[in-house]
Amino acid sequence: MSHVSNYKPSTGIEKWLDKRLPIVRFGADFMEFPTPKNLNYWWTFGAILAVCLVIQIITGIVLAMHYTPHVDMAFASVEHIMRDVNFGWLLRYVHANGASMFFLAVFIHMFRGLYYGSYKAPREVVWMLGVVIFLLMMATAFMGYVLPWGQMSYWGATVITNLFSAIPVVGESIRTLLWGGFSVDNPTLNRFFSLHYLLPFAIFGVVALHIWAFHTSGNNNPSGVEIKDVKKDAVPFHPYYTVKDGFAIVVFLILFAAFVFFNPNSLGHADNYIEANPLSTPAHIVPEWYFLPFYAMLRAITFDIGPIPAKLGGVITMFSSILILFVLPWLDTSKVRSMRYRPIAKLWFVLFVIACLALGFLGGKPAEGVYVMWAQIATAYYFAFFLIILPLLGILETPKPLPRSISESVLHKAPKLETSAAPGAPAAAE
Amino acid sequence: MTITRTLMVALVATAAGSGAALAAGGSEKHPEHQHWHFSGPFGKFDQNALQRGYQVYETVCSNCHSLDLVAFRNLGQKGGPFYLDKCPEGFGDSIDCSNPNDNPIVKALADKYKYQVTDGPDDSGDMFQRAALPSDHIPGPYANEQLARLANNNALPPDLSLITKARSGGPDYVYSLITGYEDAPSTVEMAAGQHYNPYFPGDMAQVMKPEYMHDGHPVEGVSVPPGGVLAMAPPLADGIIEYGDGSPQTVEQYAKDVTEFLMWAAEPKMEARKALGIMTIIYLVILAGILYWSYRKVWADQH
Repeated sequence: MSHVSNYKPSTGIEKWLDKRLPIVRFGADFMEFPTPKNLNYWWTFGAILAVCLVIQIITGIVLAMHYTPHVDMAFASVEHIMRDVNFGWLLRYVHANGASMFFLAVFIHMFRGLYYGSYKAPREVVWMLGVVIFLLMMATAFMGYVLPWGQMSYWGATVITNLFSAIPVVGESIRTLLWGGFSVDNPTLNRFFSLHYLLPFAIFGVVALHIWAFHTSGNNNPSGVEIKDVKKDAVPFHPYYTVKDGFAIVVFLILFAAFVFFNPNSLGHADNYIEANPLSTPAHIVPEWYFLPFYAMLRAITFDIGPIPAKLGGVITMFSSILILFVLPWLDTSKVRSMRYRPIAKLWFVLFVIACLALGFLGGKPAEGVYVMWAQIATAYYFAFFLIILPLLGILETPKPLPRSISESVLHKAPKLETSAAPGAPAAAE
Repeated sequence: MTITRTLMVALVATAAGSGAALAAGGSEKHPEHQHWHFSGPFGKFDQNALQRGYQVYETVCSNCHSLDLVAFRNLGQKGGPFYLDKCPEGFGDSIDCSNPNDNPIVKALADKYKYQVTDGPDDSGDMFQRAALPSDHIPGPYANEQLARLANNNALPPDLSLITKARSGGPDYVYSLITGYEDAPSTVEMAAGQHYNPYFPGDMAQVMKPEYMHDGHPVEGVSVPPGGVLAMAPPLADGIIEYGDGSPQTVEQYAKDVTEFLMWAAEPKMEARKALGIMTIIYLVILAGILYWSYRKVWADQH
């Protein structure tokens, strides 16, 4: 970690261990990490996401003890969990709704990073690792949704794996590899189960890198101004942010519990309580809500683009919508991080959020008539925001004056609190 | 400012677009909203309704529909239709009737059930039929899908274990479908063994009489009726089932009871779930309060 270590081993065993494996020092430094004092509640979603990952892994491991990955038994084994396993209904509803909560939190986390410019130097690697985590999450969630082997599991898997066949030359082979055969069948279910168990641990590893990276660059903050004076601008992570994150986590868990205990199926699709039937296609195949914006982009490309057929165009568009995030740090030309000081960019950002929500809505509608047109407009705006608006705004926009330091931005914003703070109060960072 | 105006235009247009989308809607009637004992965070199943609902399933539905995921023992578990706190008069102290396997009602229901269970092979290698035990899952009417289709005009009666969760609209839909049969409109040509129901998702344009259709669209002045056609005849009629508890013997009451029973069959742990949920929410709200107070306290020297 980047800051000076203040840890002093006090007991004999700590001193002995500190020379051999400084793990206590690591933990102590982690908890003391100087964190900007002005982080708002949008910053608590990082900790919320860590909790989500742990909840998914723990419930998932126990569910795997009772689940049978076989096309003839998967659906019944899930119902066995719901009916006969002690608190199996709780495990499964927490795990299923946990996926939705995970994505809700990650979307907020990403929009926060976008608004406050958390992807700009020196945090490009933090941001890119985050995009890797997001991709891994999408793969994990998609394969997890296949496991109950309901109608939407089966047909969702069929639609999405078929997308890969649009890739020229190797597409068909990739699809066969994903299927482990020539249609979605038992080998598909088996490999999806195996990978669904594996990928969360990969996510765990990349999360560790993500945290390491921002512990090297330091946290961004709502003002976008770097820490100038650790004593004035920062507080130790513990107890200041452990308690604030802790409060936010519990509030988030209340929302989580409201879904798990009182509306456990409201985010799912009724058709997934029908066992998979390769001979009967549901009227509308829709993915889970968190994939709808991407599904809308996939289906928005209804026309050939030069030599690229519409199907491949849709696939390229869908994957590009995430891959473009990798180069975002170099697309945004503005030196100012926080949109708090970018009056024009702020408006385009609001429109971007609206476009994403609209894509989510349109992804749940049949791909016909006026829906397709709106999906095309929203998709065009999504890419224009990154490729045209952000590069141009950095040159055209005149940002508001930046505060000289984090402490100045805090004091300016809340003059009332300024008077209530005792002058010369000891800085807690010590 | 141009950007603000663009934003406003986009917002208004989006709103208008979504309004039109809603109006375009589905082609079947929206299920009638019913008041259920089990709705809301404090809702519970009504044990009498569950018992009557089981009676309706056993007398009528089970002639065509299976209930594969439900075992007889489930009927006697806590929250189930025939759960007993303690044994009725005349049973010795040695029996614990709250144990579903020893519940005398459940044992009798399993033993006298209209279908038997295929078991075996026995010592001579033959499969045999025997009366059901509480541990058995409720046997269905057909040995396999082919037999079911043969008996039902090539339609497959769906298993009812999860039906209230497997249909959009849930229990409201199930109730509306059972009670919502109507005579087919005169613009429609019905095949033998087909029944019209405005709540059933389908495409009525497919069965319109040719004189009312032109190029796949109805001619002017005629509209495609809502709903669809299904192979299931209206299953209930007033008075066909004798209730022991004096409840009205009407189609509406039968439908309500059997829907509640099927909701229990789909979600037998609902009561435990809601009870734990209330405790969990109370716990989390208190914890949030304590943490917020701690947060103010810890940060007091920073503002």
